[in-house]
Amino acid sequence: MLQDKDRIFTNIYGMHDRTLAGAKARGHWDGTGDLIKKGRDWIIDEAKASGLRGRGGAGFPTGLKWSFMPKESDGRPAYLVINADESEPGTCKDREIMRHDPHTLIEGALLASFAMNAHACYIYIRGEFIRERECLQNAIDEAYEDGLLGKNAAGSGWDFDLYLHHGAGAYICGEETALLESLEGKKGMPRMKPPFPAGAGLYGCPTTVNNVESIAVIPTILRRGADWFAGFGRPNNAGTKLFGISGHVVNPCVVEEEMSIPLRELLERHCGGVRGGWNNLKAVIPGGSSVPLLPKDIADEAIMDFDWLREQRSGLGTAAVIVMDQNTDVIKAIWRLSKFYKHESCGQCTPCREGTGWMMRVMDRLVTGDAEPEEIDMLLDVTKQVEGHTICALGDAAAWPIQGLIRHFRNEIEDRIKHKRTGRVSAVAAE
Amino acid sequence: MLRRLHPEQPDSFAFTPANQAWAEAQMTKYPEGRQASAIIPLLWRAQEQEGWLTRPAIEAIADMLDMAYIRALEVASFYFMFQLQPVGSVAHIQICGTTSCMICGAEDLIGVCKEKIAAKPHALSADGKFSWEEVECLGACANAPMAQIGKDYYEDLTAEGFAAMLDDLAAGKVPTPGPQNGRYAAEPLSGLTSLTDHDSGKKQYNGSVQLAADIGDTVKRIDGTEVPLLTPWLDRSDKTAKPAPKAKSAPAPKPAAAEVAEVAEKEPALLGGARDGKPDDLKLLKGVGPKLEGLLNDLGFYHFDQVASWGPEEVSWVDARLSFKGRIERDGWIEQAKILAAGGETEFSKKQDG
Repeated sequence: MLQDKDRIFTNIYGMHDRTLAGAKARGHWDGTGDLIKKGRDWIIDEAKASGLRGRGGAGFPTGLKWSFMPKESDGRPAYLVINADESEPGTCKDREIMRHDPHTLIEGALLASFAMNAHACYIYIRGEFIRERECLQNAIDEAYEDGLLGKNAAGSGWDFDLYLHHGAGAYICGEETALLESLEGKKGMPRMKPPFPAGAGLYGCPTTVNNVESIAVIPTILRRGADWFAGFGRPNNAGTKLFGISGHVVNPCVVEEEMSIPLRELLERHCGGVRGGWNNLKAVIPGGSSVPLLPKDIADEAIMDFDWLREQRSGLGTAAVIVMDQNTDVIKAIWRLSKFYKHESCGQCTPCREGTGWMMRVMDRLVTGDAEPEEIDMLLDVTKQVEGHTICALGDAAAWPIQGLIRHFRNEIEDRIKHKRTGRVSAVAAE
Repeated sequence: MLRRLHPEQPDSFAFTPANQAWAEAQMTKYPEGRQASAIIPLLWRAQEQEGWLTRPAIEAIADMLDMAYIRALEVASFYFMFQLQPVGSVAHIQICGTTSCMICGAEDLIGVCKEKIAAKPHALSADGKFSWEEVECLGACANAPMAQIGKDYYEDLTAEGFAAMLDDLAAGKVPTPGPQNGRYAAEPLSGLTSLTDHDSGKKQYNGSVQLAADIGDTVKRIDGTEVPLLTPWLDRSDKTAKPAPKAKSAPAPKPAAAEVAEVAEKEPALLGGARDGKPDDLKLLKGVGPKLEGLLNDLGFYHFDQVASWGPEEVSWVDARLSFKGRIERDGWIEQAKILAAGGETEFSKKQDG
């Protein structure tokens, strides 16, 4: 079990002093200038050695991503952009960092920007997080006032400006190139890659986009050492992680735990277990809306890390666990995600724009049972036609939950159709 | 989804003076020539001021940012937080309806809205005080079900509690935002399972709610006077140069100003106006936009040959008077100006003419 002394986010509930003085008392901003003086390569090497994988969902190694940035400027400035557009259904971790432990993020922004030769960093926070924006801006103002940002930031000799920018309610802006478009003042429509942002990103300049949590853990990793961070979790799944647990548990919450913690242990230690007991569990979405759900028999064994969940054809995503008990209409739960993706498709690629609507309308009828049994396979076929045929991953994200539903709950869909037609309830559906 | 401007529009729009100052300050966050980046924050402030986003507001902001109207209209219609039709005079209620909230009872909250406000989303209630809509995930899933009212999140709701909140709002009272079930933030309701040592010295409310309580602008139409305007990024002074108040283990910080070799300033030759009243188009220099051109003119620079003649001391003088330190060297103004003054073209100037 993770000890409090090994937790990075020591004020995630906001119960301690939230000001800069409080953050310093908890050990943040300690010797930041000296860390910078150890040099760019040292920071990137530590990030690589720590095994940190991006916390925004895809799990790409953070240090490796940083090393794609040009070592020498060709005259263009470099930018770090922090993705705080937290909108993936089920995900509510970055909000807690920004409103309660913002100095982890601000210090991380300075260190990461220095490592990437960036004198400016933009944080793109979702528009709905109005108070969180105010909290974070207040913390940024405090840091400027204390000389931790601005000219000669934290006494490091590095000039650094941190700007807070916000969106206005578009999930797609969590996709990194859509976010850059939005930050440039346009509609948030993803760009084709290549060129990748490290070559031509914000304003055509070298840019790295990182999730809030990926950046916020950096200062502690640099202070305590890559080995310390790599000591948690299974190999290739290192570190501690914020988990956001919602749905049918006794105590939904956000909590920092070790990677590779068994799902059952996570729920029982921090959330009071599944409502009505573990056997009342029906399904779990382990990593936010984009990953396929897991039925109880797999959830029994589940280990919360990138690789184990990938092996089960699901994913860790943002570690946003949505728990559904036996009373849940699981078809409707997934239908709601289809509705979400239809609403949030930016409309740029035809397979996604048309496909998300198509999938939602079939799901509409599967919820009521007003469908032909063959339509289940037809729906599966449509998801395969959307998946992988779009510029960004929103098409994939719309397809996967439905594929997961059909993979694990096909019986339930078929029973509902049968029931609608014959008026009889089969043994399975009568539970 | 089809989103159109409302058929009835007011005649004009203007920011309040404080909002105008705020808007202009936001524009300085982006590099010169990239002010279009500020469009979302400015449109949002216009909506905070007026309640919804009107066509005159969109066009006024497009003018401020030197954008074509259609580009601003695209942004206004693309992002769902922009309300393109009038909303309730007291509040627009947004219920999160996505899966986590749905399985925790969001449909009951929507039922309350339908009963107490209007049968359809975006329609005004009979008294004109409220409107509502179901929105996609608001990112407070561990506190489901929840709703956003004005600037604030109301979390851990029940249908009964939510209905009572709407009654309070109608009566002119603003309920305290945040979790409504006794929780502080996103910790387990029955007690802390981690960070128990840190349960000390806490303020009355969590980070978000404390601001709501301190500022008191949950459902207020924002005029810009609620909080002081701060723009710390424009302050180029070195705050670490003064002795650090409490450096724990580090040796006494070296005066940082000594490390950065500052070049002494020297005033370049200035002109009172353009020669023959014909200034060069300084915007042909990469990095100079309309705003910076105006600043340069005000300082007394109108011609490429003037810029081309700057030495390091003159650059330092100009740098100190523009709020964009380092730009002259970074964008290579002097090299560009030499070419342009000689009647040549740079890669950038060719693009501008084309």
